[in-house]
Amino acid sequence: MQHEVRKARDPWPVRWGLTLVAVLILTVLVIVPVVNVFYQALSRGVATYWHNLVGDANTRHAIGLTLIVASAAVLANLVFGVACAWAIARFRFPGRTILLTLIDLPFSVSPVVAGLMFVLLFGLQGYFGPWLRDHGLKIIFATPGLILVTAFVTLPFVVRELIPVMEAVGPDEDVAAVSLGASGWQMFWRVTWPNIRWGVLYGVILCNARAMGEFGAVYVVSGHIAGRTDTMPLRVEKLFQEYNTPASFAVASLLTLLALVTLALKVGLERRERREIAESLTDTNK
Amino acid sequence: MATISRRVLPGFSLSLGYAVCYLSLLALIPLAACFLKAASLTPAQFWAAVWNERTRSAYALTFGASLAAAAANAVLGLLVAWVLVRYSFPLKRLFDALVDLPFALPTAVAGLVYSSLYVPNGWLGQFLVPLGIEGAYSRLGIVLVLTFTGFPFVVRTVQPVLEGLEAELEEAASILGANRWQTFRRVLWPPLVPPLLTGFALAFARGLGEYGSVVFVSGNKPFRTEIAPVLIVARLEEFAYREATALAVVLLVMSFGLLAAINLLERWSKNRAT
Repeated sequence: MQHEVRKARDPWPVRWGLTLVAVLILTVLVIVPVVNVFYQALSRGVATYWHNLVGDANTRHAIGLTLIVASAAVLANLVFGVACAWAIARFRFPGRTILLTLIDLPFSVSPVVAGLMFVLLFGLQGYFGPWLRDHGLKIIFATPGLILVTAFVTLPFVVRELIPVMEAVGPDEDVAAVSLGASGWQMFWRVTWPNIRWGVLYGVILCNARAMGEFGAVYVVSGHIAGRTDTMPLRVEKLFQEYNTPASFAVASLLTLLALVTLALKVGLERRERREIAESLTDTNK
Repeated sequence: MATISRRVLPGFSLSLGYAVCYLSLLALIPLAACFLKAASLTPAQFWAAVWNERTRSAYALTFGASLAAAAANAVLGLLVAWVLVRYSFPLKRLFDALVDLPFALPTAVAGLVYSSLYVPNGWLGQFLVPLGIEGAYSRLGIVLVLTFTGFPFVVRTVQPVLEGLEAELEEAASILGANRWQTFRRVLWPPLVPPLLTGFALAFARGLGEYGSVVFVSGNKPFRTEIAPVLIVARLEEFAYREATALAVVLLVMSFGLLAAINLLERWSKNRAT
């Protein structure tokens, strides 16, 4: 009803003109690039596209490595996110505001600087470098380094998503469970988790998209050893540098697909959440 | 309520302890290492590393391009948010969802595709290059790709505020005799300023640190199209760790300053809203 009133307010030339401009902006900025990725990836035919993805051992390895690194980083941040959100949303303690600010820190650190920090700690010239070398451990230019920087860069996603969810759910059900004699774990798995799982999923999806797509931080710590420490985004860059543009776009098309799936899941989850809010409103009205 | 729930609910020390340990190991110690390393330079060495002709042009470009992109985002983002909230048109939901694509799309892909769109035989370059608009391997290319990566910020900060504006206010304004422009200027515009500024600052901060997309489109020529993060990587590849760290500290201080400014802005807009 209110919408009808509003729509009628702006005269149609303004409405149509602005809508046209907005659609044009989104088309040039977002849609054309996405279509172009698939066009260039498939420009030499489906067979070449498939060969570019599957026929190259280094690309295959990059895909596998990306999956390993992203799942490790997401899992670490998931555990951290649940623990940290529990502490922040359910308790008041000195330093709570500082903790809230620190969570956002990784978002304001340039990815390149993030990579550099870990090189300074664990690289050969770094503070722990000699010790690691003496014990035969390798973090920089190896998978552990990739996981560490990826976890750093994607640290805020899950916890940022969970704090408002936990605050909205409120502590009453948790308190009820505990006072009825549930142990801490029973309370968590039977009461807390069912309440927050969709929020967790939302955070995990966003975290995963960033983890798989991270470039700058990973670039600094990877050392670009083909078939060893190249993730998919790094593979895109290397193929591009080697003037193998179709193969580069083939790998890029996989990452674009990931982004599109992420968006679709995000929209689906948001719609679900809105439906739930609407249902809970009608419930209380009854 | 606070003290009650701490006594009743379990897991306070476990969850807080784990969170603090994780955050320290993953974020605080590495950050401290960065500052510690920079402190091992003498002031003269530090100054020489962060303030010479090449770094100055890199700062100027990083700053200028991020500022230009954030300004472009403020204008484009406000327009898109306005249309998405107030008008309806076919496929509106699809367009609304696509606004978030720059956040979901890996920056390397953005850089790759932007570099190929604006070259002379690219989809957009074939029309623009004859007009003298070089959108690839140029400073304009950097601004373009930064506009892409920062695009969702302004839309997503302005959108909820625009949705929350009461239609009655506008009606009252027009009934009281304001024309359309006056209504916009006096009634709609003031509450939009804080979110617009916040979105602008977020996009600007994002642009300052951006690396993945820019390396593809800029060509990375020293003094011409080299941004500060690219310069840090160049120093690292020369194994000049101390110089790289000094530059990193400069970037860190800039982004922390911006973060503080953004927090102040958000507090300001919250105060205005209530």
